[in-house]
Amino acid sequence: MTLLRIENLHKQFGALAATDNLSLEVNHGELHALIGPNGAGKTTLISQLSGSLRPDSGQIQFDGRNLLQVPEATRPSLGLVRSFQITSIFPEFSALENVALVLQSQQGHSFRFWKAVRDDFELRTRAEEYLKWAGLDREMAIPAYALAYGQQRQLELAMALALEPKLLLLDEPMAGIGAEESLQVVKLLQQLKGKITMLLIEHDMDAVFAVADRVSVLVYGRIIATDTPSEIRENAEVRQAYLGEHEISVAN
Amino acid sequence: MMLSENFEAKLALGVGLLLIGFPWLVNWLEEPYLVSTASRIWIYALAALSLNLLLGYAGLVSFGHAAYMGVGAYVVGILAWHQYEETNFLGLPGTLEGLIAIPVSMIVSGIVALGIGALCLRTRGIYFIMITLAFAQMLFYFFVSLERYGGDDGLMMMDGRNKIPGLDLGEDQQMYWICLIVLGLATWFLRRLSLSRFGMVLQALRQNETRLTAIGVPPYPYMLVAFVVSGALAGLSGALLTNHMEFVSPDFLHWTRSGDLLIMVILGGIGTWTGPILGAIVFLLLEEFLPLLFHGMGLYLLSEHWRLVFGPALICIVLFAKGGLHALLFQKMKGVDDTFAN
Repeated sequence: MTLLRIENLHKQFGALAATDNLSLEVNHGELHALIGPNGAGKTTLISQLSGSLRPDSGQIQFDGRNLLQVPEATRPSLGLVRSFQITSIFPEFSALENVALVLQSQQGHSFRFWKAVRDDFELRTRAEEYLKWAGLDREMAIPAYALAYGQQRQLELAMALALEPKLLLLDEPMAGIGAEESLQVVKLLQQLKGKITMLLIEHDMDAVFAVADRVSVLVYGRIIATDTPSEIRENAEVRQAYLGEHEISVAN
Repeated sequence: MMLSENFEAKLALGVGLLLIGFPWLVNWLEEPYLVSTASRIWIYALAALSLNLLLGYAGLVSFGHAAYMGVGAYVVGILAWHQYEETNFLGLPGTLEGLIAIPVSMIVSGIVALGIGALCLRTRGIYFIMITLAFAQMLFYFFVSLERYGGDDGLMMMDGRNKIPGLDLGEDQQMYWICLIVLGLATWFLRRLSLSRFGMVLQALRQNETRLTAIGVPPYPYMLVAFVVSGALAGLSGALLTNHMEFVSPDFLHWTRSGDLLIMVILGGIGTWTGPILGAIVFLLLEEFLPLLFHGMGLYLLSEHWRLVFGPALICIVLFAKGGLHALLFQKMKGVDDTFAN
């Protein structure tokens, strides 16, 4: 069953077609990876899905709805949630406050002017659960800016998850972190697999081939192949266009 | 220097008693005019505090805050004028009743802030600063051209200050206590607000607006509500100012007043509760006593051009005390309340 259907999506920046008549389907429950060389238009695609960019033409159906008619800030409440390539958290808030803010927004509007958030026991308990899941039990009270980079990525995941997404758009969750922390994130993704549908954009090929159910390859704004990881590895066109002859060893 | 909690509590109690007893103290010192200076400080502290909600919490640099203060001030002035003339305004009689005039001034300021905020908040950064300034200047020239209410010269409160049952605002001491109580209540209210869900959204807005949208919070309505609350409180301070001076003029809305308010907040410490109050105290005391000080020292030229010293002094405090006077006094580098972190 299809959760997300993108049809003939097009986005032009001047002479550059960053998204070039792109069509893609993501099924319920799968972990769908999107790979492609730098400048292939991966983040542009995510931005159109999350609503921060408007496509020039094409259709996006999410969970049976026409997504293009839904404003950006309303999309998370439909279950479409993104994480960011560049760490995007609230630096002065503690880890706990970061997640609590997400939970607060998930519970509807925040036009509540009187009760202090820190006295909201229920909110606090739930925030703690998400942080424990992300492996940040001991860092809850630390301001987010003071966390290690890898921990900030974990926090970012906890925040995305606290929104209880149907589809999680992960924009390079492993960008810029060390091998050990990378492994930690892969573990988290494997735990989520099957429970939440994910569209994963990632440069780390080992990680992609380890966790993905299906892989789509994006080159110059077009999908040139969608298949299982092992088929993608063998696909001649993909090797030619994306992996490059001398990088085959990496893919293997 | 870390202050122990016990010491802090004693300090707060001591300062509180001093503030309440201030009118008696200066009477005893035979300097009763200081009561009036102090009232003025509390009024400006209230305005600075309301600006801090935008500047320190939501991260919105509003460069037209004197406009909302001025609108509140004019509401009290115009109502009093119609009472004096025994004429009507839009079919309604004027009034000197404080319990009517002061809330009305807050409502009108809030409505003006709603209109201006609705437009300004579609912009960000330098454009936001310029457009808030532009609207404030528009209001300034509006009141300048309002010949019916004195134009350039402004309006006197011919029958004196507002009346509140059981109180006599004409008494400078009672006026002082009213200003102090209003400031205290406003501080308490804004502090509650900043710790609430609404306040968390405002603080998040300052830190990362993109992310806030991505977690499903549309920033605009929250900014607009903050703008209106801030405008209404500034209107309240304006209403008190008209009462205090028994006079209102377009000068209340001049853009330099907006600048003064920004300086008070930055000088005292952005995003803190004591900061804007400290800033108002130091700013207004320097403004009032620096010329007198130079005069007393025989430096007559400086006495006339006291701003030559005032400006650099402000720059030095801002440069060398990061986090403003608040940080200097309490040695806390982080200005924002640690909601969970304690």
